[in-house]
Amino acid sequence: MRAPLTDSDVEKMHAGDTVLISGVIYTARDAAHQRLVELLDKGHALPVDLKGQILYYVGPAPAKPGQAIGSAGPTTSGRMDPYTPALLQYGVKALIGKGSRSPEVRRALQNFKGIYLAATGGAGALLAKKILAAEIVAYPELGPEAIRRLVVKDFPATVINDIYGKDLYEEGRKSYAKY
Amino acid sequence: MREIHVQKITAAVAELCRKANYFLGEDVVGALQKGLQEEVSPAGRDVFRQLLENARIAREEEVPLCQDTGSAVLFVDLGQEVLLTGGDFNEAINEGVRQGYRQSFLRSSIVSDPLERVNTGDNTPAIVQLRIVPGEKIKLTLAPKGGGSENMSAVRMLTPAQGAEGLVDFVVETVTRAGASPCPPVVVGVGLGGNFEMVALLAKKALLRPLGEPHPKAVYARLEREILEKINKSGIGPQGFGGRITALAVHLETAPCHIASLPAAVNINCHAARHAQIVL
Repeated sequence: MRAPLTDSDVEKMHAGDTVLISGVIYTARDAAHQRLVELLDKGHALPVDLKGQILYYVGPAPAKPGQAIGSAGPTTSGRMDPYTPALLQYGVKALIGKGSRSPEVRRALQNFKGIYLAATGGAGALLAKKILAAEIVAYPELGPEAIRRLVVKDFPATVINDIYGKDLYEEGRKSYAKY
Repeated sequence: MREIHVQKITAAVAELCRKANYFLGEDVVGALQKGLQEEVSPAGRDVFRQLLENARIAREEEVPLCQDTGSAVLFVDLGQEVLLTGGDFNEAINEGVRQGYRQSFLRSSIVSDPLERVNTGDNTPAIVQLRIVPGEKIKLTLAPKGGGSENMSAVRMLTPAQGAEGLVDFVVETVTRAGASPCPPVVVGVGLGGNFEMVALLAKKALLRPLGEPHPKAVYARLEREILEKINKSGIGPQGFGGRITALAVHLETAPCHIASLPAAVNINCHAARHAQIVL
């Protein structure tokens, strides 16, 4: 999978699919989301064009000398729920994090044709090795919460919510409950 | 009295920050290997493989296991015959955290004010749990604690009538409601007894026990097993993808309590159950 993504790209994705992402993804977490959505609410332009793009909820550890980025696994997505529908309406196509989303986000994924994926939480050392380059493109004062442009290769993720209303967390749990 | 210069505490804390965040304990690695064998869901097995690979990379390349290198929670057992010299004890600990997090490229995850939310830039202040004990040594245990799993934790003031059954329901409900958010497979620290503030500390201390080591009292060891089995029947599985293993272990710690009360607390830890210890 590679951004920018179109409606027809995300139409092909289904909950439970595992994908390898290559190319550009953008990081954003709590504080950056708040700022982005404030700009959208005021009708202002965003500091980076995120239409068709993939957002990754991560606040990386500092890079050691010679590293592109420090450990960089996903943070809990639920905290981004209040901001996500506005970003999907704007045109963001895919979100990567961990943990379940609100009904509002799931509806917005269906309405605006977007997908939500999970990367393995707590595998930050492993995931950092899939990130070839990182540069801060907005809000450097936010430190680990700044928006970074990452170049990734074969970054592994699993589709949790597709545009058809399916949710892997619900399906997976049902399949294995009381095993 | 034995004199200990506080600079020794600074150096020790800095080293604990590095060790705890880079090297996953053998007990946890063992639990992940066992999980890989016992898990039946293919997606869940893949998660265990990734976590074992992640621990190997962190250890060999000396990088943090997780980008969330946590709040620096420090348990200090201070011998009553120790005389601390050379400066402020609390500042010595914070200097250790400052040096440890900077030198080892760990993330600063602390904001100075809960509503203003400006990052302190060096992961200070530490959260210190101090206990005065007999002897002339200092035992320092650092348990960096991630925000994702901490957010899913809970305290509930049960009534004595609710008893063990009420506790089991509360713990299972808390862990299953957390779902995929605290990075399952989780380690569950349970506190029972004490009072409102003490029970949370009991739950946190329970996370320090070597993984899977049962409570010494048979009745509580049985409760730990019962809770673990119930959590693992939820189907949540590794990372919430569905599977058998939602929790690696349940550890329970207890304390005497008031005749009117049965305080209970659940402190959820992600699979990266990090801690490191040193005795000065």
